[in-house]
Amino acid sequence: MTHEGSDGLVVDAEVRRGSFTLAVSLAAAPGQVLGVLGPNGAGKSTLLSAVAGLTPVSAGRIMLAGQVMDDADAGTFVEASGRPVGFVFQNYRLFPHLTVAENVAFSPRARGLGKRAARSAASHWIDRLRLTDLADRKPGQLSGGQAQRVALARALAGQPTLLLLDEPLSALDAGTRLDVQAELKRHLAEFTGPCLLVTHDPLEALVLADQLIVLEGGRIVQDGTPAHIARRPATDYVAKLVGLNLYAGHADGSQVALTGGGAFVVPDQGQHGDVLIAVRPSAVVVSNQRPQRSSARNTWPAKIAGLTLLADRVRLDLDGQPSALVDVTPAAVAELSLEAGSQVWLTVKATELEVYNHDHIRTG
Amino acid sequence: MVTRTAPSHLTARERARRTARGGASRSVPAPLLAPALIAVAFLVLPLAGLLIRAPWGHLRAALSGSDATQALVLSLWTATVTTGISLVIGVPLAWVLARSSFPGQRLLRALVTLPLVLPPVVGGVALLLAFSRVGFVGRYLDDWFGLTIPFTPLAVVMAETFVAMPFLIITVEGALRSADQGFEEAAATLGAKRMTVFRRVTVPLVAPSLGAGAVLCWARALGEFGATITFAGSFPGQTETMPIAVYYALETDPNTAIALSLVLLLVSVMVLVSLRDRWLRGGSLQ
Repeated sequence: MTHEGSDGLVVDAEVRRGSFTLAVSLAAAPGQVLGVLGPNGAGKSTLLSAVAGLTPVSAGRIMLAGQVMDDADAGTFVEASGRPVGFVFQNYRLFPHLTVAENVAFSPRARGLGKRAARSAASHWIDRLRLTDLADRKPGQLSGGQAQRVALARALAGQPTLLLLDEPLSALDAGTRLDVQAELKRHLAEFTGPCLLVTHDPLEALVLADQLIVLEGGRIVQDGTPAHIARRPATDYVAKLVGLNLYAGHADGSQVALTGGGAFVVPDQGQHGDVLIAVRPSAVVVSNQRPQRSSARNTWPAKIAGLTLLADRVRLDLDGQPSALVDVTPAAVAELSLEAGSQVWLTVKATELEVYNHDHIRTG
Repeated sequence: MVTRTAPSHLTARERARRTARGGASRSVPAPLLAPALIAVAFLVLPLAGLLIRAPWGHLRAALSGSDATQALVLSLWTATVTTGISLVIGVPLAWVLARSSFPGQRLLRALVTLPLVLPPVVGGVALLLAFSRVGFVGRYLDDWFGLTIPFTPLAVVMAETFVAMPFLIITVEGALRSADQGFEEAAATLGAKRMTVFRRVTVPLVAPSLGAGAVLCWARALGEFGATITFAGSFPGQTETMPIAVYYALETDPNTAIALSLVLLLVSVMVLVSLRDRWLRGGSLQ
């Protein structure tokens, strides 16, 4: 992938730390929010650290707005303090000894403005993020949502070209998270540069990001729009995050032999070779007897391994060929006397199966 | 076979304590109690003796002798200057030891800590060998600048700095090591260069330890005896600090010696009070 001359962020680099290697190639255009989704230890924070200049890359390079930030081959490196980057850290890292106003004025001051000029530059962001009443407080006296706004104001006050957000909502409790998320989305929409948003929360990624990459074990395993990734997950990790059953198999027309055992009949679109099939847990029907007259063409026996009560439904963990997660209503559990160890029949319509190729993973 | 002890009597008060706070018996076994009491007596009796023998009626008279006042003034200003010098040169060294890495760093740390365990009189001898008029450094100071250090107030400050500065350095170095470097990273991403980070983030964050280290350094400088008397001597008004004055007064004028000792005891208590949050809470990190 080459992105020469791009005015956004272009990363094409490796970072090696002990036995762990992060190898990514990505680009984020101005005004775009690129979400980076992945499990713990996938290398998400390492990526941000490299882009911010806190960790040099081991190979390859990082470009921002056409300028080289880090180039391992040429030996070029711009120190963190010299990069036009705003970083909102996971636990915000607000300076505990400074007031909110002083925290926000820190970057303008460090970038060379006088005390008074820095104060007035900061006050613009303090007003914009509704922090006026909190300006004289110390970080210790702020709620989680307020601290998050201060961290964002502090990062934006340095007038960065690029914004980095590391799990911006993870330190908040569930109650305030939605409000802060909505507000953050507004501020991100107003930011004109590229933005890299790291998260392990799929909802956060789906709501806040324009474009997503999924990192696993230091590699990008999938990229695309949030809608695309939510519908066609490429790995078990992503499927679990977005709540889908995912099966790998070999297609021959409408017949698909699943890698893990079992088979599906799918709408014939002339596909041949390796495919992935995604199935919503609510699309699978559970019954006590083998259905006699059904238009659905996929029916197989399974045994209940576990039941979990979700908000308004019950998720069944089923062992069979193939195994599946299935959502039913609590009423159905009672009517069908479902319990761990029960033998049941599963049915899913061919049209409920989302069939796609591996090759289409890196598009969208 | 299980041996059972006979039921013992639990007073109502002890019963209430155990109910409220939980825990088993807190009575101290006799083999521990006796030595503990001896230790307490050993520490407290001499101080009590000082208080009992103090000439409370004419403290003012004992302290107003010109020698005593001179010694007090000399001790206070030299200890303060020593603390100032230690802050200016010791804090950067603490930073170097905590944050950078270079060959010989461990050796340097050992050297810095050495004065903590070295007998102060040895420090005094060492200073004398280096800075006396025939010392390998002092020789040139004398030749080039006409500067003679031993037996001057400057020598007092140098002796005190040699002995007391390591207390400040190790206190601050420990604080720098345990400080959350995430704040410094944040400062860097906000455009702060290394020196700005040090000034506006690192130092304020370790300020409590800086204060504690400075107080410790000041107290140690105030009490310095061995290195000072060896390197600076004991000229009244010039190099005779409080501890030295106490030592000489004890032979000629015990009342003055006791009064001066009381002043030093009072200062020590004040130091302890100022550090109480750090030290008197049974090892908690606050």
